[in-house]
Amino acid sequence: MEIAFTILLFIALVATAIAIVFIKRLFAVVMLSGVFSLLAALLFIVMDAVDVAFTEAAVGGGISSVLMLGTIALTARTQKQPERYSLVPLAIVLLTGAVLIYGTLDMPNFGSPDAPAQRHIGPEYIARTPTDIDVPNIVTAVLASYRGYDTLGEVVVVFTAGLGVILLLSGLGRRRGTPYPRGVSANRDQDNAQ
Amino acid sequence: MNDHHLILRVITRMLTGPILLFGLYVQFHGDYGPGGGFQAGVIFAVGFILYGIVFSLRDLRRLIPDWIIHKLVALGVLLYAGTGIVSMLLGANFLDYNPLAGTPIGGQHLGILLVEAGVGITVFAVMLAIYYAFAGRPPSLNDEDW
Repeated sequence: MEIAFTILLFIALVATAIAIVFIKRLFAVVMLSGVFSLLAALLFIVMDAVDVAFTEAAVGGGISSVLMLGTIALTARTQKQPERYSLVPLAIVLLTGAVLIYGTLDMPNFGSPDAPAQRHIGPEYIARTPTDIDVPNIVTAVLASYRGYDTLGEVVVVFTAGLGVILLLSGLGRRRGTPYPRGVSANRDQDNAQ
Repeated sequence: MNDHHLILRVITRMLTGPILLFGLYVQFHGDYGPGGGFQAGVIFAVGFILYGIVFSLRDLRRLIPDWIIHKLVALGVLLYAGTGIVSMLLGANFLDYNPLAGTPIGGQHLGILLVEAGVGITVFAVMLAIYYAFAGRPPSLNDEDW
């Protein structure tokens, strides 16, 4: 039953991806990419990775779609037709895909107790969390406490991304003086801000 | 925008509260079930963004001005790193929460609560900041063009 559901989800995932490639209306593409994320989230749930599924649904299905729509509103709503079709990108994609599939052949089976992920430090986290931290969700214990450094790094990544968008797009510099005439480099904004 | 989309506006009014509540639930229930600061920050931001899409960005900006967003973006990281600094000042390693409260387990619980709050605040504020930056630019499309 679970295997049939997984196969069904993968077929739907591939069908969505193919539809995304062929559809030219970007609004439909954004909606389909949201569908893609929700299907991926369902797959993660089938694999018992609920925290990852939650993130995928919230970030991939929710906020990415909104930001993509915002981008479409600023740019164009249909994809440009290429001048001519070239086979080189297709060859590169097929080759990369083949290498990735070849790489999975050496990986342990899904859920295998002999997999390095199950034998390395995971069992220790599971054994120590009840006495060390005493929270029922071991994922939270690992993310926030055992791997606190990593999560701090992730937060700094999000912070830096936000900082970049604020500096580039929100036009903070212009508030400090009169708007520059056309042709004046935006760098002067930063110079004046210092 | 104000004279049509009646159904959207009514539904949004009904949904905004539960979405924010669910965001808080995910934030503070992360110790017990799936969820945590990242997901909660995104869900909380989506509650506001939905309001901004259906009503107007101008109203949303009056509710949460840009300068508050910019402070919150930094506040979350400061809260996270500050928790680590405090545990250093109390004699433990950076981000070792054991000395934060009377018992080591209580310290761990408090530390996780604080850093998850930091994660949630920064993610929430960054999502809103990105939305403001994109949606705040002049629109080039009409409703009918979609």
